[in-house]
Amino acid sequence: MSEPLLSMEDVTVEFNSQDGRLDVLSNENPVRAVDGVSLDIEENDVVALIGESGCGKSTLGKTAIGAQRPTSGSVTYRGQDIWDARESRGEIQLPFEEIRRSLQIIHQDPGSALNPNQRVLTSLMLPLKRWQPELSYEERQERILTLLEHVGMSPAEDFVNRYPHQLSGGEQQRVVLVRSLLVNPDVVLADEAISALDVSLRVEMMDIMLELQSVFDTSYLFISHDLSNARYIAQQADGRIAVMYLGQIVEIGPVNEILKNPQHPYTKVLKWATPELYEDVETEVPIREIDVPDPTNPPSGCRFHTRCPRARAACRATQPESYDVGPNHESHCFRSDETHDYWESEPLHE
Amino acid sequence: MTDDVAIEIRDLAVTFGVDRGESNVVRNVDLDVYREETLGIVGESGSGKSMVALSLLDAVPEPGTVSGEVTYYPEDGDPISVLDLDPEELRRFRWEQVAMVFQGAMTSFNPVMSIRDHFRETLQDHGYDVPAGMERGKEILEQLYLDPDRVLDSHPHELSGGMQQRTLIALSLLLEPEVLLLDEPTAALDLLMQRSIIDLLRGIRETFDLTLVFITHDLPLLTKIADRMAVMYAFDFVEITETDQLLYHSAHPYTRALLSTTPDLTTPPDEIRTIEGNKPDPVEYISGCSYHPRCPMAEEKCHSIEPELMTVETEHEASCHYHAEVPETVPIRNNPRGVADE
Repeated sequence: MSEPLLSMEDVTVEFNSQDGRLDVLSNENPVRAVDGVSLDIEENDVVALIGESGCGKSTLGKTAIGAQRPTSGSVTYRGQDIWDARESRGEIQLPFEEIRRSLQIIHQDPGSALNPNQRVLTSLMLPLKRWQPELSYEERQERILTLLEHVGMSPAEDFVNRYPHQLSGGEQQRVVLVRSLLVNPDVVLADEAISALDVSLRVEMMDIMLELQSVFDTSYLFISHDLSNARYIAQQADGRIAVMYLGQIVEIGPVNEILKNPQHPYTKVLKWATPELYEDVETEVPIREIDVPDPTNPPSGCRFHTRCPRARAACRATQPESYDVGPNHESHCFRSDETHDYWESEPLHE
Repeated sequence: MTDDVAIEIRDLAVTFGVDRGESNVVRNVDLDVYREETLGIVGESGSGKSMVALSLLDAVPEPGTVSGEVTYYPEDGDPISVLDLDPEELRRFRWEQVAMVFQGAMTSFNPVMSIRDHFRETLQDHGYDVPAGMERGKEILEQLYLDPDRVLDSHPHELSGGMQQRTLIALSLLLEPEVLLLDEPTAALDLLMQRSIIDLLRGIRETFDLTLVFITHDLPLLTKIADRMAVMYAFDFVEITETDQLLYHSAHPYTRALLSTTPDLTTPPDEIRTIEGNKPDPVEYISGCSYHPRCPMAEEKCHSIEPELMTVETEHEASCHYHAEVPETVPIRNNPRGVADE
């Protein structure tokens, strides 16, 4: 197998009070937002990263594209360590400028990502001018108009002369997406990129992202707290879903495996939390605590044991390793090991 | 229960003057809220649903103007015409009869006041017995899976978003209102917390015999709590019926489009459809049916004649000239009882 496009190896990201914020009162432990995560992203891949707010999914995403420095572990793009390139350490195969162009981001709030005083055309010209100075003005404009038409902003000649406030939220987000793709990136981090859109526009936006993927051969790291959106985009692209809990990936696998054969109790809880139109209401809540524990002081052993309906004494004592539970499907739960001491230990409740 | 109406809305309109003319964000709507039901109001952003909720408390912000009638029928006592209350009557009405919880609890709390002081002040301001009220508050907090003493000793910022929102629900129930209005109470929260709060609300409404009006854009979530649903499109209700009837036998093309556009975990992605066309503009007047520019069934009549809400069957109204033909013409995806309803 060839080397992955983007590879995170045992990445940990810690924040402590000195890192800014108005955290003058707290002098406790650093928060480990990401704790020992390894994740590869291939060419033309879609990885949907899901989890509750505060689970570290945004931090992991930023680390993947080189916007957040890991406290330990490595992030490599096409075999080049991103932070070595950035800080000119060792022999550099790929200059950081090239890496930065290749790894792009779109945020949740498109309004704040666009300069309110710039027309759409100006906003879209800048990245092209910077990364492809060899193009003439006409060529740049031609490319922008074609792409805007492609994402349904037609007539593009009309849209390019508008200011951001003259666009709807969905149109703004499309401009942001077009801007990130104009420089031909290899990976786009979409951090809750559709969450602020109206329900009826979310599917449309994901369809546009998928269509542009086939045009640009881009990979997406799609971050969402919504399993049904994650499923929609990852399934169409034959991608994977990664489930994150308190800084760790607890289950990862192909979409159908995760949905039809979820192994980790937390993945099952997220599935339960996703309301389906045509399903009977279950009264049994598959979780013991509805609140997430304090991330500055995460539970021992398996971090989910304080909320897990299946937790036993073994879960409090040791942290589960990764178990292969299917093709490309891994789960971090003792229940995947039939011979584990877990089965002999005492249930933690009832 | 059908004749037992808690809130009656008649000919309600909300208008804002804007540069381009008059913005009609609620257009002459009628709606009944039945006692002890959970009524869901669903619509996309900008459909006017929040303005309907605010009108129920005569709380539409300036310079909006409200016309029409909102009548509240208390369990005991005379009917109250909400839009005619003076400020003092309104202040009491808002907490003691009909309470409201908004999206984003943080803005509803005073950041420098402890939660205990919020509870205490609310009781004092309304002349309630403080110790008895605090006991009631603790019970409600506990029922919402919160540790009462820990929460009461906290300041708002010390609580997570989900805890804040549950605390706000507890606070809103402190003065024993009969009706609770919830406007996107879970929209800023994780799915898991949303679903948990829905379950908790189901328990709470039984304990306190509450009437709930739950307003959201999230149709799948709403089906987990609403007995009846009212679908809003273009500043008016287009369909009102019981939840199951809406899910399986909706008689309005917009409702059906909305049911088909939300991704879930089971529908094949290629069966999920988007709604073509643009959202309606509150300033522009659309002749005929407001949905006709986007409707796959639109006929000549739809361009010229505005459909009123028509009776489809008992307890089911839809504003579509062709409501009888809708089920056969516009399929709902993933309807397990068959595409063209039985």
